[in-house]
Amino acid sequence: MRRIYESTVLRELLRPLGQIAIFVTATGAIFSVAMLLLALLFRGSAADRLLQENNHINIFAFTLTNLPQVLVDGVTLGFVYAAIALGYTMVYGVLEFINFAHSEIFAIGAFVGVEVLIALEGAGQLSSIPIWLAYVFLALAVIAGMAAAGGMAMLVEATAYRPLRNAPRLVPLISAIGVSFFLQDAIRFTESITTGQFHRIIPTFGNFDQRVSLVKLPLAGVVTDINIQIKSIVVIAAAVLMLVGLNYLVNATKVGKAIRAVAQDRPTASLMGINVNLIISLTFLVGGALGGAAGVLYALKFTRIDPFVGFFPGIKAFTAAVLGGIGNLTGALLGGIVLGMLESFAGAYLSAFTMGAAGAEYKDILAFAILILVLIFRPSGLLGEQVGQKA
Amino acid sequence: MIAKLKTTLGSLGEWINRGKVPYILSITGLVLSTVWVYFSPRSLPAFLFFLAMAGMIYYFKIKPVAKLILGLVVALIVVPIIGARNIFYLEVLFQIGVFAALALGLNIVVGFTGLLNLGYVAFYAVGAYLWAFFGSKQIFLLHEIPGTAPQGTPFLLPGDMFYLFIMLGIIVAAVTGLLLGLPVLRVRGDYLAIVTLGFGEVIRQLANNLDKPLNFTNGPQGITPIQKPTLPGGVMDAFNVILTPIVGQPVTEGQFYNILFYFIALLVAALVIFVTLRLDDSKIGRAWTAIREDEMAAVAMGIPAVKLKLAAFAVGASFAGAMGVVMAASRTFVSPESFTFMQSIGVLTMVILGGIGSIPGVVLGAAVVVVLNLQVLQEVSLYLSQLRQSDSVIPIINFAWKNLSNQLDPAKYQRLLFGLILILMMIYRPAGLIPAARRKRELKAAAVPDADNGTQEAADE
Repeated sequence: MRRIYESTVLRELLRPLGQIAIFVTATGAIFSVAMLLLALLFRGSAADRLLQENNHINIFAFTLTNLPQVLVDGVTLGFVYAAIALGYTMVYGVLEFINFAHSEIFAIGAFVGVEVLIALEGAGQLSSIPIWLAYVFLALAVIAGMAAAGGMAMLVEATAYRPLRNAPRLVPLISAIGVSFFLQDAIRFTESITTGQFHRIIPTFGNFDQRVSLVKLPLAGVVTDINIQIKSIVVIAAAVLMLVGLNYLVNATKVGKAIRAVAQDRPTASLMGINVNLIISLTFLVGGALGGAAGVLYALKFTRIDPFVGFFPGIKAFTAAVLGGIGNLTGALLGGIVLGMLESFAGAYLSAFTMGAAGAEYKDILAFAILILVLIFRPSGLLGEQVGQKA
Repeated sequence: MIAKLKTTLGSLGEWINRGKVPYILSITGLVLSTVWVYFSPRSLPAFLFFLAMAGMIYYFKIKPVAKLILGLVVALIVVPIIGARNIFYLEVLFQIGVFAALALGLNIVVGFTGLLNLGYVAFYAVGAYLWAFFGSKQIFLLHEIPGTAPQGTPFLLPGDMFYLFIMLGIIVAAVTGLLLGLPVLRVRGDYLAIVTLGFGEVIRQLANNLDKPLNFTNGPQGITPIQKPTLPGGVMDAFNVILTPIVGQPVTEGQFYNILFYFIALLVAALVIFVTLRLDDSKIGRAWTAIREDEMAAVAMGIPAVKLKLAAFAVGASFAGAMGVVMAASRTFVSPESFTFMQSIGVLTMVILGGIGSIPGVVLGAAVVVVLNLQVLQEVSLYLSQLRQSDSVIPIINFAWKNLSNQLDPAKYQRLLFGLILILMMIYRPAGLIPAARRKRELKAAAVPDADNGTQEAADE
């Protein structure tokens, strides 16, 4: 009996790790192969000639040498999106409702985390500290961001969504849009009145900005040093940790069982003695906390945040959730990674392949294009079963 | 207590609308408010009082002919005069006209047909960029770097083509609406909302980035100058000759353009209101309502749902397209900044605040939001900055106004305003300030819990 129990725990911990590994390698491999094939097709084209003229490198070698860095960036971005997408997908699974304000929950997490670090810097705690202490402080900031974002998500649910739970479907969505806008300016207001500005920059500390060299590869005749920023490793590690933790919570604990029961059939779950309101609150807490942590990680990676920082990551994470099949946790993970890769590839190669006509600035449009295409041709997403869209 | 208040208000309302009383009240109210605005042209309360009185005409129980005459007198004679004394009022009224038309267009999609469109501003952008491209020198600058124009580049079209382009704006925006609708209408409900949001962003990003390979939109800098229609010869002089004694000062050409654009916006908005009213009562309008209430049942009754939804998209878009052209000409400048997601939400806020599906409600919503945005918030900002320069201190918490952050400018907190309006309206008054008759019944029916929700609520407690 005991052995079976242990093996369940082990399984629920190992399975998501396996999934993550498969998703990352498979997506990476597919994208790389497709990109290299495309590069071969473009040999001798005008884009190739332009590149040879300016950079003395043919388009295939250009693609190949950039590939490792692009892959690493894509995975990092993908995990951030996945962590946000989980918040959308959990709430959708339980309430069948798009929590439009989730992007601002993310922003709140980012701000609280950054403010904690700025306060520590102000107290002179961040300069010349041992490496381990830097990680402790970062963990502290992430936890503060998680707590604030999770709490705010619960508060929003209790005030703006719960009174509307039985209203027509568009009513809570409009309320959520209202919350989203309200929170953007609420953050701006709080920041303006306390600090006099609303753009914040995460302090530099620890060794997060350094790069570690992974391997030196002779690619296309050039020895390329493949290196990765430490903060990218931190982001990936933290996100993997959270994803595994969430998977464990949902699939291997009693609370997780209750969440799944509520998602499946709310009235019946309540008849089975599950406190539905509590479980919904808890879903918002967990989803919000993940979003908040993603916010701090995002701030660490991109350094600068403002109250409107959540909009595009939020939309992209929602796209990721839809792409993977909304309501499906594994789907959100896969969708996040695919979208992260796509964005990273588009950002790196679009400009060279179109001879500068359409550059990295189109990567935001790309997410929307994917969203629209997925919704039109496969609304259940890559992994979703046919959930059926109730109008 | 509330019931008592309601009966008191009810009897008051009855008294107001008895016999000759409404005539006396509306005319005296209008005269009083006009006089007040005339003599204190910078006073916000005076202007608000004037707007309220003008709006009240709609509510008084007087003969439709009398309402029409009063309305025309206010719109055609009183407003230009007080507007000439304070041009800013014309700007406010112009924007009310523009946004009322936009909100009515969105209302057809959201209110009548029940499709939430979060990218509505894209159609407005299409109209604006249409005239911006053809009404400026942009076509000769396709190969130039944004921001550089050789000396002496001519305009492509004469300014008076503007009137033709209002029509073209309607057509082009309607076609854009159809093109968006065709693929998108397969998704339903809240997904549709997100997809249309995406479409709105795509249009904005295109406007932002189409300065290469060919410079169509001039990128983030926007297109300027855009031509205005020429002033009809002699009209301004006639206006000045007749009205200078009343206005107190001669009107310059720039100011006269404000009056002209006020009239254009008024005309287009009136046309839009007329079309919307007729549509609401038509077979198409009833079919839209049927689709909103229950699409499957509507299809079973033989209503071609897809065609009608496309029609809703096209009609809604066409209003925005026409107003986009007007806006581009009146500003002589368009840039992607004017077509953000926030603009879409602003228009949605007007619809929600006034009342989804209710035509007078939506116009009221547009007026309230524009006045709040342009006047009340600005006024508060001004007041705050005066306080900041003074030495006064907030009494209890002992905080000097001087130390208040410069970032704290209420005029920039539109999102807070829109957000609050949306949340509060959804929770406390989902039918809006002036509920549509049908909508009212529907929400009442939804409030009665069915068996499923009944058990749920019982279990929750």
